[in-house]
Formats: sequence, C-alpha cells, structure tokens
Amino acid sequence: MTARASLDPRRASPWYRSLQRVSFHGDLPWRWLIILMSLLVMLVMVAIGIQLWRETPMARSTFGWGFLKFTTDASWDPVNNHFEAWPFIYGTLVTSLAALALAVPVSFGIAVFLAEICPAGLRTPLNWLVELLAAIPSVVYGLWGLFVFLPVVVAPLGGALLAALGHIPLLGAFFAGPVPHSGASRLGAALILTIMITPTITAISRDVLQSIPSSQREASAALGATQWEGIWQVLLPYGLSGFLGAVILGLGRALGETMAVTMVIGNSIGGSLSLLRPGYTMASIIANEFAEAVSRLHSEALMEIGLVLFFMTLLLNSLARLLVWRVARRAPQEARA
Amino acid sequence: MPPKMDANTIVETDEADKRELGWNNRVIKTAVRTVDRTEVARTVEKKIEVRDLSAYYGAFRALAEIQLDAYSNKITAIIGPSGCGKSTLLRSLNHMNDLTPNARVEGRILLDGEDINAPNVDVVEVRRRIGMVFQRPNPFPKSIYDNVAYGPRLYGLRRASDLNGLVEQALRRAALWDEVHDKLHQSGLSLSGGQQQRLCIARALAVEPEVILMDEPASALDPISTLRIEDLMHDLAKEYTIIIVTHNMQQAARVSDFTAMMMIDDHRAGRLIEFDETEVMFTNPKDKRTEDYVTGRFG
Amino acid sequence: MTRFQELIAANQASGRARRRAVNGVMLSLTGLATLLALVPLFWIIGYVIYKGGQYINLAFFTQLPRPLGMEGGGVLNSIQGTLVIVILSALFAIPPGVLAAFYAAQHPNTPVGIGLRFATDVVSGVPSIVIGLFAYAVIVKPMGHYSALAGGVATAILMLPTVVRTTEEMLKLVPHSLREGSLALGAAEWKTSLSVLFPAALNGIVTGFLLSISRAAGETAPLLFTALGNDRYDVGLIVKGGVAQHQSIFQIIQRVVDQPADSLPLTLWKYAQQPYPERIQQSWAVALVLMILILLINILSRLWVTSRMRRLRG
Repeated sequence: MTARASLDPRRASPWYRSLQRVSFHGDLPWRWLIILMSLLVMLVMVAIGIQLWRETPMARSTFGWGFLKFTTDASWDPVNNHFEAWPFIYGTLVTSLAALALAVPVSFGIAVFLAEICPAGLRTPLNWLVELLAAIPSVVYGLWGLFVFLPVVVAPLGGALLAALGHIPLLGAFFAGPVPHSGASRLGAALILTIMITPTITAISRDVLQSIPSSQREASAALGATQWEGIWQVLLPYGLSGFLGAVILGLGRALGETMAVTMVIGNSIGGSLSLLRPGYTMASIIANEFAEAVSRLHSEALMEIGLVLFFMTLLLNSLARLLVWRVARRAPQEARA
Repeated sequence: MPPKMDANTIVETDEADKRELGWNNRVIKTAVRTVDRTEVARTVEKKIEVRDLSAYYGAFRALAEIQLDAYSNKITAIIGPSGCGKSTLLRSLNHMNDLTPNARVEGRILLDGEDINAPNVDVVEVRRRIGMVFQRPNPFPKSIYDNVAYGPRLYGLRRASDLNGLVEQALRRAALWDEVHDKLHQSGLSLSGGQQQRLCIARALAVEPEVILMDEPASALDPISTLRIEDLMHDLAKEYTIIIVTHNMQQAARVSDFTAMMMIDDHRAGRLIEFDETEVMFTNPKDKRTEDYVTGRFG
Repeated sequence: MTRFQELIAANQASGRARRRAVNGVMLSLTGLATLLALVPLFWIIGYVIYKGGQYINLAFFTQLPRPLGMEGGGVLNSIQGTLVIVILSALFAIPPGVLAAFYAAQHPNTPVGIGLRFATDVVSGVPSIVIGLFAYAVIVKPMGHYSALAGGVATAILMLPTVVRTTEEMLKLVPHSLREGSLALGAAEWKTSLSVLFPAALNGIVTGFLLSISRAAGETAPLLFTALGNDRYDVGLIVKGGVAQHQSIFQIIQRVVDQPADSLPLTLWKYAQQPYPERIQQSWAVALVLMILILLINILSRLWVTSRMRRLRG
C-alpha cells in the first residue's frame, strides 16, 4: 500500500507527501538511526575508560603513581588498606611475555606451513582445526590445565628447569624453587597462554603471508633461492609490520586472559621472581577478590587495576591495528611506471 | 616445412644469394663448405635444446611436443597469439612451473648437452644458470643494493669488498649504474618502472647466469623505457644467451636473431609451428599461419 | 674467473648441500609446529569427553544442583542461564551492531566511520574482565543487585565488535551493481539497504552472528560481577508461577532477567574450585556440555554457509 501510494503522488494525502519530502522518502530517519548506532558503539569504548576512571577517585588520590611502583616487598592487604599493584603487574607481564616468546616461533611456523607448504586439500581442515583451538572457552582450558596439564607437564618440567637452570647466577632467579607440588606456577600460566594465543597470531600471520603477491616468490625462486630462503629473506621482511601486528595482538590477548590463568597460576602474592613459583596476575586478582571486596578502598583499588589493564590493552591494540593496516596498503604498490 | 636445424646442418649461402636477399650481418656465420665441425660448432653452438617437450596442468595438456633450439649469444624470440603457451614454454626452461601445483613437464631440455628436466637435477643450480626477468618488474622491498646482492648472498658472499664489485658490475651491465650509483641504499621501489625492470635484470645478472629468459619484459613499460631495454638486450647478447617471449611482433623483428612461432592446435595445446632466423620468418615465412600472424591478419 | 665463479666452484657441493639441508629442516619444522598445535586440541577435547562423559545423565540436564556433599543433581540452572544471557546479549548487540555496520560500510572515510572502526578495534581488545567491571559500575551498582540483565549487557559489549566487523565486511562484499540497480529503480536508500543489501550479505552476517554467540556462550569473566550465579535459577518455574499469578508477560520477563543467574562457564569455574570430588566431576561434565554447545554452533554456521552456497549455485 505504502509503495503504491508513494508511486502515485496524486493519491497520497498531503501530510504524507510532505513527510516524504522532508525525510527524503524515509532516508533521513534511516541515516539518523545508523549514525546514532555508530555513535553508540563509539560511546561504549569511551564510556569504559571514563567509567573506570570515575569509579576510582579514592584509590587514585590515596595511592597516586606509587600504586604501580616496582617494589620488592609489595603487599596487598585489604584488612589494613595497604595496596600495591606491582606483584600483579609483574605476574601479568612475565607470564604474557614468556608466552609470547614461545608462541611466536610456533605460530609463525604454523602460518608458513598453512600458507606456503600445505597441500591444497589439507588447508581447509587444518585451518578449521586451528580455529577450533581458539573456540575452546578459557574456563575449559583452565579446568584441563589445573587437573591435567599442571601435574602431567608443568610440575615435571618445573623440576627439570630448576635442576638445569636454578643455580646459574642472575638468570637462576627466574628459575628458583621450590616447585609447588601441584605445579601451579607462572610457568603453567605461561604455557597455557602460549596455547591460547597461538591461534590468534597464526591466523593473522597466515593472512599476511597470503596477501603477499606471488610475484615476490617467483622473483626469489628465479634467482635460485630455496623455498625457505625465499620465506625468510623476502616474505618475512615484506610482511614484517603485519607480523608485528599479529604478535602485538597476541600479547594483548595474553595480558587480558583471566580464567585459565587464574586456575593454574596458584594465586599467591609471594615476592619471588621465579617462573617456577606461584604468582598472581592483574586479571586474576580482580576475578578472585572483587565480588567480595571488604571495603570501598579495596574495590576501588581493584577497579584501578582494571583501569591500568584497560590502558595497556588500548595502547597495544591501536599499535597492532596500525601495523597490520600498513602491510595491506603496501601490497598494490609494487611497480609504479 | 621449415628446414630442420640441428648441429648437423650447415647453412650454406654464397655471396650472390646474400646480395639478392639483402641479408645483413645478423646471420649465422656461414661456414661455407667447411667440414671442420669445431669451427661450425663454435659459431652455431646451441645453448639450449628442447626436445619433445610437453607440459600439463593436471590432465590438461598445455604444450605438445615442442622442439626448439636457442643458440649461444643469440636472441631467440617466441611469438604467437595470446594463450598459446609461450610463457608456459619459457617457464618450463628454468623449472618455474614447479611452483604451480599440478604442473608437469615431460621431455628433455638440454643445457650445454645436459638434460635439466631429468628427475634428479638440482633445480636451484638450474635457476642460477638460467635467469628470468618477468613481465611486471618485481623488485624486493629492499634497497637497490640489497636487491642485486640477494643472489650472491645466497652463496655465502658476505664481505662488502666482494659484494660491492659484483653489485656494481651487475648494475653496469644492466645499464643502471649511472642512474643509481649514488643512491644504492634507497628502496628499489622508489625507482621508475623502466628502472625497476633494469634493476630486476641486474639482480638476475648478479649470479652470473648463462641464459636469460625474458617474459614480455617491456610490455608494462612506456615506449622509451622499452627501447632502452631492447638496446640493453643487444648488449647483453654479447655475453649471454637470451630467450624472450613477446606479443609485440615489431619488437621481435627489431631485437631477435631467431624467432619461434607458436600456436594452439585443435586440442588447445600449444605447438611450435615454425622456427627460423628472424629475417626469414618475417619476410618469407614457410607456414601460412605464420604469415597470417606476422602480417597482422589475426592475433 | 670472476670472484663469484671462484666461490661457486669452491662451494659447489657443500654449499648447495647445506642450503638444501637447511631448507628441508626448516620446512619440516613448520610441519612439526602445526602438529604441535594440534596436540593440545585433541588432548583437551579427548579428556573432556572422557571425564565429562562419565558423569552425564539425564538428571544432569533437568535438575537443579543439590547441596554440597549430596550426590546427584544437575545444572539446569546453568543451561537456562546461559540461554537467557545469550539471548539477552544478542538482543542488545545485534541491532546496534548491524545498523552501525551499515553506516561504516557505506561511509568508510567519514570521521564517524573511522571513529567507529577505531572503537570496535579498541573494544575488541579490552579484556573481558574489565568489561565486567564496567557493566558492574553502570548497571549492577545503580540497580543494587546482580542480574542476568547485567550479564547480558556485559556479554553484549563483548559481542559488539565482532558483529560490527563481520557485518561491515559482508556488506562491503555485496557488488556495487546490486545497490546501484536498486537505487536506479527509485528505491530509497533505506529500502535498498534493508531489501537488497541485507539479504545479500545475510549469509556472512549470520555466520558472524553464530560465531560471536559461540564466543559469548563460553565467556566467564564478564559474568563474575554481573550475573554472579544462582543455584535456584529455573525459568520454567518462574514462568509457571507467573502464569498462575496472572502476571503480565512483561512482569514474567522482568522476573527472569532481573535476578542473578548462572551460566555454564560460570558454574564450571565455581565447581572446579570446590574441594568436593562430586563437584569436580560435575565440572568436567559441564565442560563437555559447553564444548558440545560451542561445537554445534560452529558446525551449524559452517553448514549454513555451504547450504546457502549450494542453493545459490542451484
């Protein structure tokens, strides 16, 4: 009915016709609607940062920047209102960076295999399997990590590392014992994180590799380079900013990972630097204590940790997207006449 | 039928014929009536001989029973309508077809008498000896110096003293040195199209190949750059054997000593239908199809 | 002989052999890396099936949890809670996400378009626990209590970037000719968008939607301070009670969403930390249910894609 009315102006009532004119035949409200929704989405991003900031006035004024300071005898004492965030920052950083160090070579290897070497028939199923790794929920990783991975892999591995590296000066501090019987340790968290961020880094790296024009591979092959030489010396530098973006995104995921880490890291604030000892991360302390915070300062301190986490991931994410975007731009730029 | 040319053919002409047909010096040196084969061999030496070459993509036969000779220090052009398999033939010579899944090349390709299409041949070494320049310039996103040094570095050459000399030599031979010698560390992508193509040529020359394959090397370039590349080819022919694929007949006529004409047969497989000296091919072709093509009646 | 030729001659056999060996080793290592990644995948899935399968029975799906120390009981509350929260988050995330994507796809280079892309990137990188804190601050605190609604909002924020990005990419894939043809026939832009673009991109949009649902179903952290958990959550009971008391549908819905709720991952988290063997066994079973749910959604989305493809090809 409406369509016919709009097709035949004579039959439409006057007010309807003027409404049509004003709204550009329904386009104006539509455009407003979609712009509004876009602004809403953007608002969410801003709101998160703002709200966290607004929730933590007492904490920020009480602690100032000292909250984040590195200190060897940091304590977290809700009863006496003494809060320092350093143990958690350290725990987050060390587990995430260790996970990154392990995940990057493996992920890059998988990406190279999937993009360059894998026979065409295997490609789709393998891609799907790697995606499946990313689909497993964090709590399930945690459950398996806690009851299977820790006792079977991490505890013995910790013992071996302690024996091998625990007595080296300087480096040995990171491998000092004693290793907890259950295996719950930063090492366990780092290893689980490795498994969890590998699909992220792999998927992006694989896409980067596939976006590199085949003329580059041909040029390398025609000069008598082996396939690996071409990958290492031509493709890797070509897509470097994209690969860096993938790595940074992986790091971002590792920093924010909560459930699996909490279940395997042992949740202890101890002062040791060692990977082999239990630890705590920023996300874990929030997960464990927020629902039962004992005082306003306590919950604000936890909120402030959330704020720090927010800014860290905000920065990393922006950097990563910028880098990935740069590779996509370069591909068509090959030869200008 | 074109005369079958192989190492046993001695082309004989006498001075009278030459004057009549107006041949110039770009002709096989006639070892007139000499039985000294080494003399002949030196001047009509075959660098590459292709025998019974067939190429398949899966079940589809793209090339059928190609017989082709490329003479040392001569430029051989492969012409024909588009889609007739010229590039496939060229790429078969340096095993570039290996990069395509499901591609198969059967037959013999003799480089200085050795079959490089044999099963156990070292492909890496073949590709060093037979270099390739592509239709679109494809320099690496590295500096000009690193582009040219890429090949030598694969062989373990690291010292600046070694590399500098090789890079300069290659760039000189590619007629690019004068334009880039003071900006060797700029990106190769900052050059113009014609310069990039010469950079790719220099890059190929750096590993000191014996044969250079060129797949429509100037088709993506402007006319002036094209002429520079063609002049370059003449210079390069003095030291290398060159085989070029081109869809531009005038270019083939200008540049090459020998021309091979390809066409697809009824089963869409590419065949070599005529092979002769360029002069003959363009003035007095033996096959009607060749004549139609070079006079522009089709293709 | 040139220097190069000298080096070639010197390195002939060893150089080439070494390069070939390096090539072989490195390429094999990449294959090894791929296998290495598959090990935890099969290990986890296998173990979950093995341990979880031992405990699953019908009661598991139809009963509420029994008090600690008693045997038996089920996770009906968690299953229903998961469904409610997922439905809520879809309701909150899909309409704004899809609409915003329309704008981003058609006006990518405007300030709003660029801002939108930046915002979705940022939000997609925020840890889910921080989003939980945010939802706590803006919903739970003002309302004064935990609720499924708050959990739904938190999960919706998590889903939003994926919905926007997938929809936008699918819309951009629709050929221009379709849009121009519609506009040329005199259809308004909104009609073009809804009747032409949206159905053409629907395939990918649904896939993206299903995948974000599967992610949402597995999330725990945002629910820790929003939905909190609820042993007594039983939608069926609420609806029956509401009907018996002649409550309106709005009141019933309000009662469903306005109280704390449990979800499968949340229950898994709680049970895994309790020192009762019964609970630990149950947590494996919950893990199995969760994995099956997620796997089903993944397979469903793949089937959807292939069936649409098949229909298109006729």
